[in-house]
Amino acid sequence: MSACATSPAALRPVLAERGQREVFCGLTGIVWLHRRIQDAFFLVVGSRTCAHLLQSAAGVMIFAEPRFATAIIEERDLAGRADLDDELDRVATRLIARRPDIRLLFLVGSCPSEVIRLDLGRAAARLEERFERSPRVLAYSGSGIGTTFTEGEDACLSALVPTLAPTLAPAGREAPARLLVVGALADVVEDQFRRLFAALGIGPVDFLPARRADAMPPIGSGTRYVLAQPFLGETATALERRGAVRIAAPCPLGAEGTRLWFESIAAAFGIDPALADGVLSPPARRAAAALAAPRARLAGRRVFLFPDSQLEIPLARFLARECGMILTEVGTPFLNRRLMAPDLALLPAGAQLAEGQDVERQLDRCRAARPDLVVCGLGLANPLEAEGFATKWSIELVFSPIQGFEQAADLAALFARPLARRALLEV
Amino acid sequence: MQLTLWSYEGPPHIGAMRVATAMHGVHYVLHAPQGDTYADLLFTMIERRDHRPPVTYTTFQARDLGGDTAELFRAAVRDAYDRFRPAAMIVGASCTAELIQDDPGGLAAGLGLPIPVIPVELPAYQRKENWGAAETFYQLVRAATAREAPPARAAQPFCVNILGPTALGFRHRDDVRDIAALLARLGIAVNVIAPLGASFADLARLPAAHANLVLYPETAGTAAAYLARRFGQKTISTVPIGLGATRDFVAEIADLAQVPPPPDLAEACRLGWYSRSVDSTYLTGKRVFIFGDATHAIALARVATAEIGFSLVGLGTYSREFAAPVRAAAQSHGIEALITDDYLAVEAAIAAAQPELVLGTQMERHIAKRLGIPCAVISAPAHVQDFPARHAPFAGFEGANVLFDTLIHPLMMGLEEHLLGMFRDDFEFNDTAAPSHLGPHATTPPEPATVATAASAPVWRDDAEAELRKIPFFVRGKARRNTELFARERGLNPITIETIYDAKAHFSA
Repeated sequence: MSACATSPAALRPVLAERGQREVFCGLTGIVWLHRRIQDAFFLVVGSRTCAHLLQSAAGVMIFAEPRFATAIIEERDLAGRADLDDELDRVATRLIARRPDIRLLFLVGSCPSEVIRLDLGRAAARLEERFERSPRVLAYSGSGIGTTFTEGEDACLSALVPTLAPTLAPAGREAPARLLVVGALADVVEDQFRRLFAALGIGPVDFLPARRADAMPPIGSGTRYVLAQPFLGETATALERRGAVRIAAPCPLGAEGTRLWFESIAAAFGIDPALADGVLSPPARRAAAALAAPRARLAGRRVFLFPDSQLEIPLARFLARECGMILTEVGTPFLNRRLMAPDLALLPAGAQLAEGQDVERQLDRCRAARPDLVVCGLGLANPLEAEGFATKWSIELVFSPIQGFEQAADLAALFARPLARRALLEV
Repeated sequence: MQLTLWSYEGPPHIGAMRVATAMHGVHYVLHAPQGDTYADLLFTMIERRDHRPPVTYTTFQARDLGGDTAELFRAAVRDAYDRFRPAAMIVGASCTAELIQDDPGGLAAGLGLPIPVIPVELPAYQRKENWGAAETFYQLVRAATAREAPPARAAQPFCVNILGPTALGFRHRDDVRDIAALLARLGIAVNVIAPLGASFADLARLPAAHANLVLYPETAGTAAAYLARRFGQKTISTVPIGLGATRDFVAEIADLAQVPPPPDLAEACRLGWYSRSVDSTYLTGKRVFIFGDATHAIALARVATAEIGFSLVGLGTYSREFAAPVRAAAQSHGIEALITDDYLAVEAAIAAAQPELVLGTQMERHIAKRLGIPCAVISAPAHVQDFPARHAPFAGFEGANVLFDTLIHPLMMGLEEHLLGMFRDDFEFNDTAAPSHLGPHATTPPEPATVATAASAPVWRDDAEAELRKIPFFVRGKARRNTELFARERGLNPITIETIYDAKAHFSA
C-alpha cells in the first residue's frame, strides 16, 4: 500500500448513504465503448427498458447504423415457450450475418438476464464456437443491479483481460517492461499521450481498450499498468491476476493531475527526473496559462457534486486545487479507497465526501448548502436550474475528452460555461 | 426474443410515468433496479420540465435481492408519502421487479396509507409505453369514480371532458389549448381535461360531463370506453387533426350539444386557401410516406392527400393495438399498411417506396436523412425540438395552419421549383442547388434512382440517360421509374430515347 493510502486525508469521514440512487446503469457505457472499439458490437440481452435507456442516453440515433442493439426478452421466452439459448443464438446469428465487419461481439447482461440467471458466459462460448471465433464473442454485465454507470466499462474491460495474449519473455530472462494505459480515452487524448511517452523514452506503450479488436495489447509479468480512468477496480484486479503491476497515480485531469500521472509513470520506468521535467514542463505551463481564464470565473465559487461516474473525487481535486473552487459536498457512487488514494490525498480538508445516494436527502443538503454550481445528472439539472442553481451535466464529463494537459482548460471551461451563461443572459 | 436497434415505444411503466407526471398530486412508486431512473431525463431534458417527475424508485441492487426487497419497497412508499403528501399514489413494478414478484399493490395496501393507493400491473414483457399510459389512466379513472353514481346530467348545460393528453405527448400541450378554445367558441363548457393538468379529485368529476372527447385513442381509449359503459357518456372519437377532421369534429360535437356552430368558426384557418393558391400547385401528386402512432398517421394521411394534394405511397404505424383503423385508412388510398415496430422494416419500406417526402417520427427523420429525402416529424417518439417554444398545435384550425407549414417547409418553394425547372442548365441556378430557405448546408436529395430494383434494372444507353437529365429533376425520378417499369414489362434492354417517350405516352394515356 502506498503512503498516500494511509495519510489522514484518505481517512476522512465519508457519509455513506443508501436510498434512491439517481444514476445510470452500466449499460450506458456502451454509448462510448462502441465508439472506442470500432469493430465491436454490443448486444444487450435485456428488456425494452434497456433498449429505451440506450437510445435515450445516446441522444437518439446519431449514427448511421449503430453498433449496439438489444435482444429484447419477451413473454414467450420467460414462459418457456421459447428456448432462451436458441433464441439468443438466432438473434446473434442474424446480427452477425448482417454485419460481417464485426470482429468482436459482446453479449451484455442486464437486470432481467441476471434475475432469470441467463448464463451469457456460456452463451458467448457457444456462439464463438459456432462462429469459429470470427467474430470473437465475450460476455459481461452492465446490469443496474450489479453496475453503476462507468462500472459498465470496468466490466467490459475486465472481460477483455483474460483474452489478451501473453507477452513473450526471452528464455531465462524477465519479461521486458511495457506500459499499459487502461481506460477508454478519446483518440486525440491517446495520441497526445503517445507523443509524451515517446519524448520521455517510455515504450512500448499499449492502450486498453485498443481501437480495434485484433489490436488488443499483450500482457504479462513485465506489464506495468496505469489507470487513465478511476473507476476500473475489477479491471485492475484482473490485470494483476495476469501479473501486471499497477503504477499508482492521480487521475490525469488538469495540469497538476496530468503532470503527477506522467511523473509517476516516469518514475516507475526509471526515467531521469530532469528529462521528465524537460518534457512535462512546457505542456504543463501551457495548460496552466490556458486555465487562467476559466479559473477567474470559478475561483472562490462553491461547488456541490452529485454522484455519477466515480470521476467526482479527481474532478473535485482539480476544481479545488487548479480552479480555486470551494468544495461543499463531493458525492461518488462508490469509493475505491485503494485506487483513489492518490487523488484523495490531494483533496483539501473540509469537503464532505458522500458515498452512495439517497437522492431526496442529498437534494435537501444541496439546497441548504446554496452552492454556486451543482454538478449532477440530466434528471436533476433542469429542476435545479428552475430552483435557481447553476448546473453542469455530469454526463458530458464522461463523453468529452477531458484528460491531459491540452484538455485541462477545456475541462475547466465545462464548469465555467454555466456561470458565464448566467452572467450573459437577461431573461 | 426480438432484435431491436431503435424502439418506437418505451416499456409500459414509461406510459404510467407520462400519466403521473401530467397530473397534480399523483405520485408513482416504482419498484425498479438502479438505472431505471434514466427515465427522469425524458421529462426534464426532452420535454424541458422544470420539475422532476413525481416518481420514487426503489433502485434495488444485487445485494438487496438476497435480502428483503419487499421491505425496501414498503420503505420507499412510506418515505414518498411522508415527503410528498400526494392525494393519490400509484404503485407498480418495472420489468426487473416484475420478475422478482414482490406484489407492490399488496405491499402498499398493507401500509394503510390515508390516500387512495392504486396498483397498476403493466406486463413489461408483453406491452409497451402507450398501452401502459392507457392502462394507468384507466385504473386512475376507475379508482377515482368507483363510488360515483351516474349523475343526473339532463338538466345541466352540455359539457365535455377532453381525454388523452399526457406528459411527453407529441404537441399535447398545444392541442389541448386549441381544442379548449374551439369548444369555448362553440359555447361548450369543458368539464375536465385529463390526465394533463388534472388532479385525482378532478377525475372523480369526470362522470358529470355528457361526452368524452378522445383526443388520443392510444392513451384515452380504455378510460373512455369504461366511462361510456359505467356512466353512459357519449364518446367523440373524431380526432380533430387537419381541416376536414376538425370540421367533422365540430359537426359531431355541435350536433350532440345541439348548438349551431358560428359561421366564421374556421376563418382563421389558412390551410384551405393556401392549398388552393397557385404556389401550391407544385405540391400536386408529390409522393409521401407516413409512419407514426395510429392517431397521427391516420390524420396526416387525410391532410396530406385531401388537403395538400400529395399522393400517398406508404402509411404505417408502430401502434399494433390500432392496426385495424390504420389498415382501413391505407386501403382507402389503395395501398397496404405497414404495421411494425421494427425500425429496419420501416427503413426498407421507405427506400422501396421512393417517396419525395417522409412524414414520420424522429426515427424516420434519420432514415430520411440517410436516404436524402425531405422529412417532417409528425408523431412521437419525439425529441427536444418537437417541444417548441411557440404555440404549435396539430389539432384544431390553428393546428391545420401548423400542419400546412410543417408539411410544406421541407420541400422546395413552389416558384423556386418552377424557376429551377426553367433554368435547369444555368450555371448557378441549377437542379443541384438546395432549397434556398434551408440554408447553405442543405443538400438536394440525390435522385432516388433504382435503389430497390438494381438487380433487375435495364441498362440505360448514354443518349437516353442524357435525355432523362433534360426532364425537370422533380419529376425525373418518376420518369426513370416509369421507363424502367415499362421496359421491364416488355423485356426492352437497353433503354433508348425511344423507350423513354414510349413509356411517357403509355403512362399518360
